[in-house]
Amino acid sequence: MSTNIELLANREYKYGFVTEIEYEDFPRGLNEEIIRLLSERKGEPDWMLEFRLKAYRHWVTMREPRHWPNITYPEIDFQSIVYYSAPKQRPKKKSLDEVDPELLRTFEKLGIPLHEQKLLAGVAVDAVFDSVSVATTYKEKLKKMGIIFCSMSEAIREYPDLVRKYLGSVVPPNDNFYAALNSAVFSDGSFCYIPKGVRCPMELSTYFRINNAESGQFERTLIVAEEGAYVSYLEGCTAPMYDRNQLHAAVVELVALDDAEIKYSTVQNWYAGDEEGRGGIYNFVTKRGKCLGRNSKISWTQVETGSAITWKYPSVILMGDNSIGEFYSVALTNHRQQADTGTKMIHIGRNTRSTIVSKGIAAGKSSNSYRGLVKILPKAENARNFTQCDSMLIGSECSANTFPYIEVMNNSSRAEHEATTSRISEEQLFYLQQRGLSQEDAVSLIINGFCKEVFRELPMEFAVEAQRLLGIKLEGSVG
Amino acid sequence: MLEIRNLHATIDDQEILRGIDLKVSAGEVHAIMGPNGSGKSTLAKVLAGHPAYEVTEGEIIYEGKNLLEMDPDERAREGVFMAFQYPVEVPGVSNAQLLRLAYNEKRKHQGLEELDPLEFKELLAERAKLVDMDLSFMSRSVNEGFSGGEKKRNEILQMAVLEPKLAILDETDSGLDIDALRIVADGVNKLRRPDNAIILVTHYQRILNYIIPDYVHVLYRGRIVRSGGKELALELEEKGYDWIKSEAGVTASA
Ligand SMILES: Nc1ncnc2c1ncn2[C@@H]1O[C@H](COP(=O)(O)OP(=O)(O)OP(=O)(O)O)[C@@H](O)[C@H]1O
Ligand SMILES: [Mg+2]
Repeated sequence: MSTNIELLANREYKYGFVTEIEYEDFPRGLNEEIIRLLSERKGEPDWMLEFRLKAYRHWVTMREPRHWPNITYPEIDFQSIVYYSAPKQRPKKKSLDEVDPELLRTFEKLGIPLHEQKLLAGVAVDAVFDSVSVATTYKEKLKKMGIIFCSMSEAIREYPDLVRKYLGSVVPPNDNFYAALNSAVFSDGSFCYIPKGVRCPMELSTYFRINNAESGQFERTLIVAEEGAYVSYLEGCTAPMYDRNQLHAAVVELVALDDAEIKYSTVQNWYAGDEEGRGGIYNFVTKRGKCLGRNSKISWTQVETGSAITWKYPSVILMGDNSIGEFYSVALTNHRQQADTGTKMIHIGRNTRSTIVSKGIAAGKSSNSYRGLVKILPKAENARNFTQCDSMLIGSECSANTFPYIEVMNNSSRAEHEATTSRISEEQLFYLQQRGLSQEDAVSLIINGFCKEVFRELPMEFAVEAQRLLGIKLEGSVG
Repeated sequence: MLEIRNLHATIDDQEILRGIDLKVSAGEVHAIMGPNGSGKSTLAKVLAGHPAYEVTEGEIIYEGKNLLEMDPDERAREGVFMAFQYPVEVPGVSNAQLLRLAYNEKRKHQGLEELDPLEFKELLAERAKLVDMDLSFMSRSVNEGFSGGEKKRNEILQMAVLEPKLAILDETDSGLDIDALRIVADGVNKLRRPDNAIILVTHYQRILNYIIPDYVHVLYRGRIVRSGGKELALELEEKGYDWIKSEAGVTASA
């Protein structure tokens, strides 16, 4: 047995299958014509088309954020991407019977049954396949409480006033390169609206699936919680194994009014590419929440295990007095994966609080960076931030970095930052093995212990899934 | 139960064990003493299968099987337990969680039902009494922030839960206060059965007043240079190791 802790093979990605299905694809490339076509295809109102065109016109003037993130990748040819790719089907699906059975089977295989009889208990799901939402479960039941949970396309048609009011209000179309691109070409996504005083009785969830090798996925999610509302939202995702890279550039916006709370949890398991770094998803995502109201709270919990490249910083703008922002993150990279992820907490209101707990695990030849900004503006009196950033290295060929940026602009506020770096030691492994645990179980246990503060923020079943996933992802990493 | 024949082991090409022979039968307690650096912990770790050590010669037969062919976790599931001289911390993993995992691994290995958290809690509460350990330790991370003595006591708690056939206790008495020493020794005695055996590594005769050994061996420079009954420990306590060292030196040069 080797005395070094080093890397061996990874277990197979079990969601790597491809669904054979007929597509309606747009030609490759992006121009105003494509955007008009897209908007028309979706039967959008004029203001939506204008929103897209404005974003596009801005995007062409922008440059990719190439230099500051700690990631490297070849040039992306944005004209070679297919910007709209939808499974062929009748234009309006009234019931699941009209959804292509192949699609239903795909989601079933992914563990997301969409049939009424087999629905997951306690979780309403919006299933997104490539560019479009296939089905949304429990819609009617939620509607009775005034909760709107539907695809973004449907929301634009059915609830234009709400969408128009909030879309782009947290992440403006010109916010950054990928947000601008998304604003121009997003094809679908989920919309949730929780009315005043309503506690959403079940988890709302979107499951994203990229199937088409040629298309990018640009989805848009908008969640609005009115005064005193509460919602817990889950996001999951997978993609087939292709040896080419695919682009995923999503935008998620959250808005919490007075006393509202939004809890947003992600378990990201996009295809990460193979051991040599071939293929995998480029995950360039802008996620941001706005605590607009007093005493509001937004909390991001993410478990990032997939993607060839992850570039995302779920953030909270703390505008309302006494509002709370939280970010709990586990980012695991193996083989040649690269992650540059973290958060931004922007304190604007008084007595605002933010907590950041980031756990980075790097194995193989991967690179794992935490990048976080804590900004406390002059008027944000008595603001508090606590940041804890822990990295764990497995093997000697990976790297972990921490880039904290802290700006405190008044005297009554405080930001605390703690950081640690550790390794799984041979002694720890031996100790656990001596108690009868296999080496793999021992690694899993150590990693789960390391991530405990994040896992306990996840809904129960999601936490179990996340733990299992980390175990699989690291299988064979230590030998 | 255990037979070690002409065992040689190296670490980083340094030979530490230089021909050890030892036979341990069920129901026996063997004490191993010897000066610092003589190879006592090395012997314990080689028995448990520590990957840093290489066995270059000799064999170890445990319950009729070749122990050296087994992975450390396999040995553990087969009933080999080692209480560490320096127990390891595992942040974020609760004592109860580890104990239940370990216990269930063993149950599975024996073809028995695993215990669910509630059933296990009962068992744990009962075993914790054996070493007089407060239940508040069960929800704390394994060994994290434990005092030296608490760590040692925790090792014996693990032993009490896992009920090994062969327990190797590496200086479990070091760092225990007088009361704790008696409690831990009592606990170990309660775990003694005709079908299990204990190898007790220690520097002090005192613990042998509680856990009475059948044999005492002196390890020096990677060899057992002297074996005797419990009175050998008293003799060492009185005279130190010099006479053994010089005797060993004489035989070595003879
Ligand atoms: N990596 C290593 N390379 C070289 N020598 C080593 C290495 N690790 C341990 N040793 C040596 O092996 C010898 C035996 O160590 P061991 O821990 O078995 O002694 P011990 O009898 O348990 O001592 P103590 O009574 O102090 O616990 C020591 O001289 C130690 O320095
Ligand atoms: Mg020792």
